[in-house]
Parts: sequence; C-alpha cells; structure tokens
Amino acid sequence: MTPKFKAQAGTFESSDIMVLIEPVSEEAGRQIDISSTVMLQFEDDIKNTINQVLDDLDIQNVHLIAKDKGALTPTIKARVEAAVKRSLGIQEGTM
Amino acid sequence: MKNALGVEIPEYIEGLGELKPFQGVWESIIGDEIPSTNIVRTLKAKKAHTSKLCGDLKEAVQKCNPFDGMTVTFHHHLRGGDGVLMQTIEILDEMGIKDITLASSSLTSAHDGLVPYVEKGMITRIFSSGIRGRLGEIISMGKLKHPAIIHSHGGRVRDILTGRIKPDLSVLAASAADEEGNATGAHGPSAFGSMGYADIDARYSKNVIIVTDNLVDYPCVPGSIRQHFVDHVVKVDSIGDATKIASGTTRITKSPMDLRIARIAATVIEHSGLFKDGMSFQVGAGGASLAVAKFLREDMKRKDIKGSFMIGGVTSYGVDMLEEGLFQAIFDVQSFDAAVSTSVLNNPQHIEITCDQYANPNNCGAMTNKLDVVVLGALEVDVDFNVNVITGSSGEIRGASGGHSDTASGANLSVIVCPSFRGRLPIVKDRVHTIVTPGESVDVIVTERGVCVNPSKPNLAAALKKAGVKVVDIKDLKKEVDAMTGIPAEKQLGDKVVALVEYRDGTIIDVIHNVENLS
Repeated sequence: MTPKFKAQAGTFESSDIMVLIEPVSEEAGRQIDISSTVMLQFEDDIKNTINQVLDDLDIQNVHLIAKDKGALTPTIKARVEAAVKRSLGIQEGTM
Repeated sequence: MKNALGVEIPEYIEGLGELKPFQGVWESIIGDEIPSTNIVRTLKAKKAHTSKLCGDLKEAVQKCNPFDGMTVTFHHHLRGGDGVLMQTIEILDEMGIKDITLASSSLTSAHDGLVPYVEKGMITRIFSSGIRGRLGEIISMGKLKHPAIIHSHGGRVRDILTGRIKPDLSVLAASAADEEGNATGAHGPSAFGSMGYADIDARYSKNVIIVTDNLVDYPCVPGSIRQHFVDHVVKVDSIGDATKIASGTTRITKSPMDLRIARIAATVIEHSGLFKDGMSFQVGAGGASLAVAKFLREDMKRKDIKGSFMIGGVTSYGVDMLEEGLFQAIFDVQSFDAAVSTSVLNNPQHIEITCDQYANPNNCGAMTNKLDVVVLGALEVDVDFNVNVITGSSGEIRGASGGHSDTASGANLSVIVCPSFRGRLPIVKDRVHTIVTPGESVDVIVTERGVCVNPSKPNLAAALKKAGVKVVDIKDLKKEVDAMTGIPAEKQLGDKVVALVEYRDGTIIDVIHNVENLS
C-alpha cells in the first residue's frame, strides 16, 4: 500500500515519539529520518522497530520522519501504525 | 593499582601528584583520626585604623599580588546567578596570570564562560564538587590540561586542611558586609542564606576578598564570615543575577512518577525502625527527593512524631516543618530559596553551620555522622548499590558529588530515590559509569517498580516486607527494566583520564575517561 496523505501521530513529550508521514511516488522506496534523545543507545533498535511495522503493514514507499524522546518499543509501534493508517485514510474509530 | 571497588587508579598524575586508592568507607580512619598532615593558618597583620575598602575588584585583586600557578577559590552560594567568579577570572586574565588552579566549592550553569579560559590554558586545574553544562562537556573531551578533581562537600574541607587545595586568593561574595569584612548571605537585596561553604576558604586562604553589592554600617550582623580573616572589602554594583541566586519558595513536584517514588520512600522510612521521636533527617532539593519531605511531614503529624534536627541543603519546605514544630532545629550549610534567608536571619533554631561542621570526615563533630535518615537522588545505580551522580548517559560530566557520599556514609539509613528508567534509559546498571557513592554506604534504592535493600541489611528487608513494601532483588529489577527498554548500546570511552572522583577521605574512588565528539 502507498500512503495518500500527510499524517502524523504522537507528541513531543518525554517517553513519546512524534511520527510524520509524507507520501512519495511509487517505487521511491522507504526514506526514514530518525532523531532521538537516545540515538546513541537505541538507534538500530528504533530503526528496526519502524521497519518492522512498515513491513507488517506492507508499506514500501514512504518518507517517515520520527522525532523520538525515549519512547518504549510498544509506543513506537503504536505511533507508527497510527500515522501510517491515517496516511492511508483507513484509520478506524474517531479522530 | 586497583582500588577496593576494582577500579584501576593511576598511581601518579602529572600536575596532581600521587593518588591513593579507595579502600572502603571507613578504612582510612585509624583510631579516631585520618592520618594526614594538616596545614597552618596564614599569619596576617594590619595596622590600627587602616581601611580594607578597595575602589573595585581589580584593585583588590592587584593588592593580593596574583601570580602564575596560583590557586583561586570561590563558594557557590550564588548558584546559577553567580557573577563574581567570572569577573575575577576575567580580571586575572587581563593581568596576564596563567596556569591557574580553580577551586570553587561547586560550578554551575553560571560558569559556562570558563570554557575559553580552560581551552587556552589559563585555567589548568579544577577542583569542584560539581561540573555541568558546556564546561562539563569540554572537560569530558579532554580540554583541561590536568584531570579535574571532583570532591564531596566534606572532602573539600579536608582537601584544604591537608593542603591538597592551597588557596592563594579567595573571592567570597556576600549579600551584606561591612568595611572590616564581617559578611553574611542572610540579608540584603541578593540574600542567599547560609554562607557555609565559604568559611573554610576565609580561614585558610592567604588572601581573602569579600565582595558585596550591599555595604552596611559597621558591624554587619550576623558575621557568617568574621573580619579577622578578611584582607580586602569591595563594594560592587552587582554580585550576580538576583533572580537566579534565590527567589520565591521551592515547590513540591507534580510529576506522578516522582510522587509515587516519594510515597514509597516515606513508607520505607516509616518502617525502618528510625521513625520515632528524636529522628534526624536530610533530604535533597530535587524532584522525588524533596517530595519525600511532603509525605514524611504528613506521616509525622499523623503519628505525632517530633524529630530532632534537619540538615541541608535547606528549602522553604524544611523551614515550614521547623515552624510547625516537627523538628527542633535546622542546621543549614546551604539555602535554596529566598524564604530560607529570612529564617536563617530571624529564627534562632535555624542554625547556619560551616561545611566543616556539616561533613568534614577529619573532624570529631560532623553533622552527617549524627544523621538518622538521608534521602538522595541518583543518575544511575548498579546491582552493587553504587551510585553515580556525576556522569550522564554519554559518559559526559554533568552533575555534582555535593554531599552525596558524605551523608550516605554517616546516615543510619541512606535512601536513594530514582525512577527505574528515564526516557528509555535504564537507571539500574551492572556497573554505573562513575562511582561517587559506594554501595557499602547505600541502604535502600526506591523505584516506582519496587524497593531494593542492600543485602548487608537483611533485618531492614524483613521489616519492610512485613510492612507490605514491595521488596525486590536489584538484579531482578534490572532484568525487568531491561526487558522493557531494551539493552542500550554503550558508548566507547577513550583512554585519557579527564577527571578523578575523590572520595570524602581523599582516596580516589573512580576515574572518568574522555568522551569523543559530544555535540
């Protein structure tokens, strides 16, 4: 699937992560930009978590910007999933 | 050579001399003393009815005949608002003085201006109980010529009495002073309360300058610093930023996490066997630490407990507890807000003490040795109960030893309060980056996920369990937290020693290595 809209999920609070999604052309691939207060300690971990959620949702072409303030893995997963689903226009429930 | 905690300590460091390895909290006290040389006070004389007043700080500094390689000392009672230390360094630099040893009782955010003076080699040695901000970063990167020495508050007094620090010039700010140099921080527009850290400098420095923005009619009362130690007096327009020196009252944190940790800590104290009439108590001024006072205050009222004394590190919250009659007295080495200054001045039960009386391991009456309960914070703790309060998660110097190891060693119950992780970084480690307070003197670590009791205190663990406190093995707590956060990648530190952590008895408890490329 390919994101259709700009979308975001999360906050800039400590222990949260802000995820922004920008649509890109088909076959542009994944571009993931991460900044984090714990970059030194968890850069790979954050990257892998994001890629795993994108794999699960079958998103190959996307520009994802993550601004992390030390979110735990379940938080990262939830924020990425929410942002992607918003960008696909398939989020269920109220916004 | 290795110290008792297995840390490799250099035997000798160029510019600092021979080092002694840490052997244990009380090992250096043989009989009733710590074998070491002590210095004599500098003899001074002044002819009758001559004036000590100087036109400005520069004139006063010139009269002290500054020289290359000298040691300049300050107190940090002006905290983040200090304007005197930087002024003095600028004057010495203009005079072309170099190779300076800077020995301030601590360094704060007000001292980032020291960076260029360190980088160009004008300041080559630093003794301090704390180093923060940009200054901490560049020292961590190895920009200071000789390794910085981090001492405790009590250790600094010992350092001066043994000649480890030899003050040649001490520039001591006061919020009120008279023409002879009687000086205090208890009143005046820039009042900051106790002057406890400055006393040892005044007594032993070869040249003492009192700097004040508030020259009062003779005599200045109370005389926190007395005239017979003071060489020169300077009236300046400003000693710093009054709003950052002391303002308002300290508020208790609203963070639910800190409040939860504090609630558990107060329960630990209540069931420690020490919660009874005559209890003495010390608490830090930070988040969860100060919040423990809030809960303890409620518990003391509920159970009608009347304590003996508080020491500190005094906030307006402590003053409230004194005025409510929950404690008989406050011994105040350092005051944290404006309301405290008024109490120091007006309440005879609020007693200003010197840092010597507060925490010096080389005297027979340190208050920390009479302490029942102390509550302290931590940047990191480890499975051996060692505590780090000096280096951050990247290995950079960004904190203060302060009275941490002094109070932990003396107290019957030392309680560390900290969250189990902060912004995904686990706080419980296999080994802390830097040991400031050895696990031997830490009794309890309180986190939001459970309370860890030092295995050396099985009776305490049993009492807490019986009271319904969730007591957990620190290794199990570590596993639980690691499973949530993931295991952080550790930054590789360099080989260069950039700072030494001196234990309160003068031995070296840990070394800090350089960090490359801090942003």
